[in-house]
Amino acid sequence: MLAESLFFSAVLFTIGVVGVLTRRNAIIVFMCVELMLNAVNLTFIAFAQIYGVAGQIFVFFVMTVAAAEAAVGLAIIIALFRHRHTVNLQDINVLKG
Amino acid sequence: MPHGSLPLLYIFLFYLFGLIAILSALLFVTRRSPVAAALWLVNTMFCLAALYVMLDAQFIGAIQVLVYAGAIMVVFLFVIMLLNLGHPRELADARGLGWKVVAGAVGLGLLAQVFAVTRTHVATQIRLPAGYTADQIALRGAIAPIAGPLFHQYLLAFELTSMLLLAAIVGAVVLAKRGDARVG
Amino acid sequence: MLSSQIAAATAPLDGTVARWVWLVPVLPLAGFVINGLLSLGGAYHAGPPDPGLAHSGEAEDAVSHGGGDAAAHASHAVPRHRFAGIVSVVGPAVLLLAFALTVAIWAAMVQSGSTAPYVQVYFPWMPVGDLHLDAAFQLDQLAIVMMLVITGVGSLIHVFSVGYMRDDPGYPRYFAYLNLFVFFMLVLVLGANYPILFIGWEGVGLCSYLLIGFWFSDKANADAGKKAFIVNRIGDFGFLIAMFLIFVNLKTLDLTAIDASQLVEGGPLVTTICLFLFLGCAGKSAQIPLYIWLPDAMAGPTPVSALIHAATMVTAGVYLIARSNALFSIAPAASLTVAVVGGLTAIFAASIGLKQWDIKKVLAYSTVSQLGYMFVGVGVGAYAAGIFHLVTHAFFKALLFLGAGSVIYAMHEAYHHSGSHDDAQDMRNMGGLRAFMPVTWVVMWVATLAIAGIPPFAGFFSKDDILGSVFARAQGSTLADATWLGIPGSAVLYAVYGIGLVAAFMTAIYMTRMMLYTFHGPNRTGERERTHLREAPWIMTGPLVVLAALSAAGGWLNLPSIIPAGPVGLLEGWLDPVVGAGTRRVTAQAVEFPASTEWVLIAVAVAVAAGGIALAWSRLRPESLVPKNASAAAEGFAGVLEHKYYVDEIYDAAIVHPTVEISRGLLWRGIDAGLIDGLVVNGSAYLARLTGWIGSQLQTGRVGTYAWVLVFGVLAVLGAFTLK
Repeated sequence: MLAESLFFSAVLFTIGVVGVLTRRNAIIVFMCVELMLNAVNLTFIAFAQIYGVAGQIFVFFVMTVAAAEAAVGLAIIIALFRHRHTVNLQDINVLKG
Repeated sequence: MPHGSLPLLYIFLFYLFGLIAILSALLFVTRRSPVAAALWLVNTMFCLAALYVMLDAQFIGAIQVLVYAGAIMVVFLFVIMLLNLGHPRELADARGLGWKVVAGAVGLGLLAQVFAVTRTHVATQIRLPAGYTADQIALRGAIAPIAGPLFHQYLLAFELTSMLLLAAIVGAVVLAKRGDARVG
Repeated sequence: MLSSQIAAATAPLDGTVARWVWLVPVLPLAGFVINGLLSLGGAYHAGPPDPGLAHSGEAEDAVSHGGGDAAAHASHAVPRHRFAGIVSVVGPAVLLLAFALTVAIWAAMVQSGSTAPYVQVYFPWMPVGDLHLDAAFQLDQLAIVMMLVITGVGSLIHVFSVGYMRDDPGYPRYFAYLNLFVFFMLVLVLGANYPILFIGWEGVGLCSYLLIGFWFSDKANADAGKKAFIVNRIGDFGFLIAMFLIFVNLKTLDLTAIDASQLVEGGPLVTTICLFLFLGCAGKSAQIPLYIWLPDAMAGPTPVSALIHAATMVTAGVYLIARSNALFSIAPAASLTVAVVGGLTAIFAASIGLKQWDIKKVLAYSTVSQLGYMFVGVGVGAYAAGIFHLVTHAFFKALLFLGAGSVIYAMHEAYHHSGSHDDAQDMRNMGGLRAFMPVTWVVMWVATLAIAGIPPFAGFFSKDDILGSVFARAQGSTLADATWLGIPGSAVLYAVYGIGLVAAFMTAIYMTRMMLYTFHGPNRTGERERTHLREAPWIMTGPLVVLAALSAAGGWLNLPSIIPAGPVGLLEGWLDPVVGAGTRRVTAQAVEFPASTEWVLIAVAVAVAAGGIALAWSRLRPESLVPKNASAAAEGFAGVLEHKYYVDEIYDAAIVHPTVEISRGLLWRGIDAGLIDGLVVNGSAYLARLTGWIGSQLQTGRVGTYAWVLVFGVLAVLGAFTLK
């Protein structure tokens, strides 16, 4: 099932990319990034079935890091919302210049 | 593994979960309400968990449900609720049609390139005997093949990851704290 | 290459005092340094206008207007410069020491009897590719003659300046510049190769600019200095081209190494070289068309005019041609050009001098005219005769200028006492000064007779030498056989001879006119001033007397063979090792004409001179003159002469104005401000800003934009893999 898994993974990843490019709500964009990570996890697991358990261990770490990243990222979004009262990425351009 | 040696049900379920995952992802990306989108993402993750189980990664499948769908997405939903983002005035947040078309084209282009690149580049050197992982699991159970290398070869990465989590905890607390909080 | 020639040539003079020849220029240089430092130390202050010109309303005049007697004058005496005492000693002393050393060296040369040039190489200056220039001095017969004139007449002028410039606030600066000038002039005559000569050439031009504009607070003086320098520059360009041509074709610029036999005799190359050299001479020695700076140079102090614009700097051109006689003697067309231009200049300037009222301007045009004579001399290949006239002219022209300075000094003192602002240099304000300044009157008459060419004074011998040489070469020489612009050379030479006689006639007239209006007839200075007119102090009249003696006796330097009054042809014999070969190349087929012809020529010359003096004396009426302020403007041809044939105005309209307009309109506004500033400088800044603005459009500060960029980057990288 390697080829099918890779196909699914690629499609999910692409959907994630389109979501990042299209949506302006910061949280939705973040969730699209999580989708991309999941797609990559699927790739790893698919290969792990054939090439050994290292793939699964990698997925383990990816999940851990994704959890940490989600926590910090959402904290940032909360802090941003407190200042700007919006999570629309079009309006958050303080770094401009 | 040639499909011929696999049970038909297995193949059918595999495709089913895969398609549902893709459909859920598409729906997730196109929902206006963040809550709805989050829930569709949860569905996607469930399907992925099912796929993991079918790919001889049962432990990871369980972890996916527990951590990803059960913790991370819950945090997302908490934050969405906290920031009260379900109101109609917040919802008009996708870009215009032109942008969507271009994004779609970019996506298709990316997909095409991935297919083109991966067509010929599948390594053959380290091919282990077929069904290797499945045999391991059959031999030692679902967790032992992961735990062993995790605490032996990948101990350093494990420790670093734990430090990363610590940093993330501290960072999240600091960042989300109210700025003018009194000490103590 | 030079060292072997040194080994061969320096043997006779090496152990003698001649090895100190480098000290002769270094002494005035030391004087420049000392005086220059002293000028920085004391009061730094632009000097008052020329004592001869009207005051421009200084504060002291207001004080003295009330009285006008000696007491009031003493109360506003101009304080001397703080270091004036030291400078008065150092300035002339270095020159007198240099002169003494020069005489000693000359004595050593006479004693050694060597004829080869003595070259001292100090260090290799410019070894570049094929060009090997050394910093070297070459001492030979021609150089020592020039050195004697420069240091001798220079010392006398320095001593005169001590008295003339005593009250000037820029006193040390004056002597510093004067010493620097002498240094450069000595470098010029001692240079062993053309570039060293050129250094001296340029240096004297610089010092001329500094000294002409000495009282630079008056813009007219500064403009005169600029004019001199710029017009000189045009000549220098010609000199440079000539040097380039010499180097390219003869592979060397050392005077001893230039072998003219490599060049085609009379060919276009050597003619071109000589013509460009003459362009340099025309600039430096004020010949047509570059003489215009010399009359304006009279804005400087009068001793400067005596030293630079009479005795030394302007004679550098004559020296250059005599030095390059090897080249000129094989270029008959160029030599004829030199003679023709010299002759035309002589008559042209003499005609202008007939109608000038400023005493210094008369002498300035006289100088231009006499320089024309010198160029006639060296142009016809009589190099020794040209140098002879150079020497005698140095004597009597310096005497004339210093005498004029004495007169101007007295006039200025008189006007100072009476508080008048009249022109102290205009002859219409003078008259009858012989009663007040007898010594000056006598020496000026000596100089006038000398310049007019009355025997036995010096000018007669040198002028007759030149005119006689022209006549002789008209009868038979390489020049007579050549053609000049299609005209046969002998006809050209006869014409030059005729022009020379007419110019001599005019010289006698205008010099007598000058003496008549200045010293004879009634005095027009004014009642109040007359009581203050007196002779200059002895520090000024002393050098005048010395120069008068030299003007009277100078002819003995080069007596012609038919006048058995003493040793014959001393100067010509002395200069023979340097210019003899060139001279003989020109006169190869000369016919030695009989003594009777020579006597006729002498008689004609004396008659012309005496006739000019007599005509002026009988026809001019000093009694009919009125002071300058009351004089009417000249009309008709006299007006044209007085306005110098409007040459300056013509140059202004034809050359200066268009150049200024092109510079301002095209070069400044068009190219500099528009193209370079606007397009290149501002344009490139605009381009940078534009590029920055384009780049800044990427920095939206929004995550969405960066996500797009990121994805495009990924597509690009994957695309590279795909296409590979």
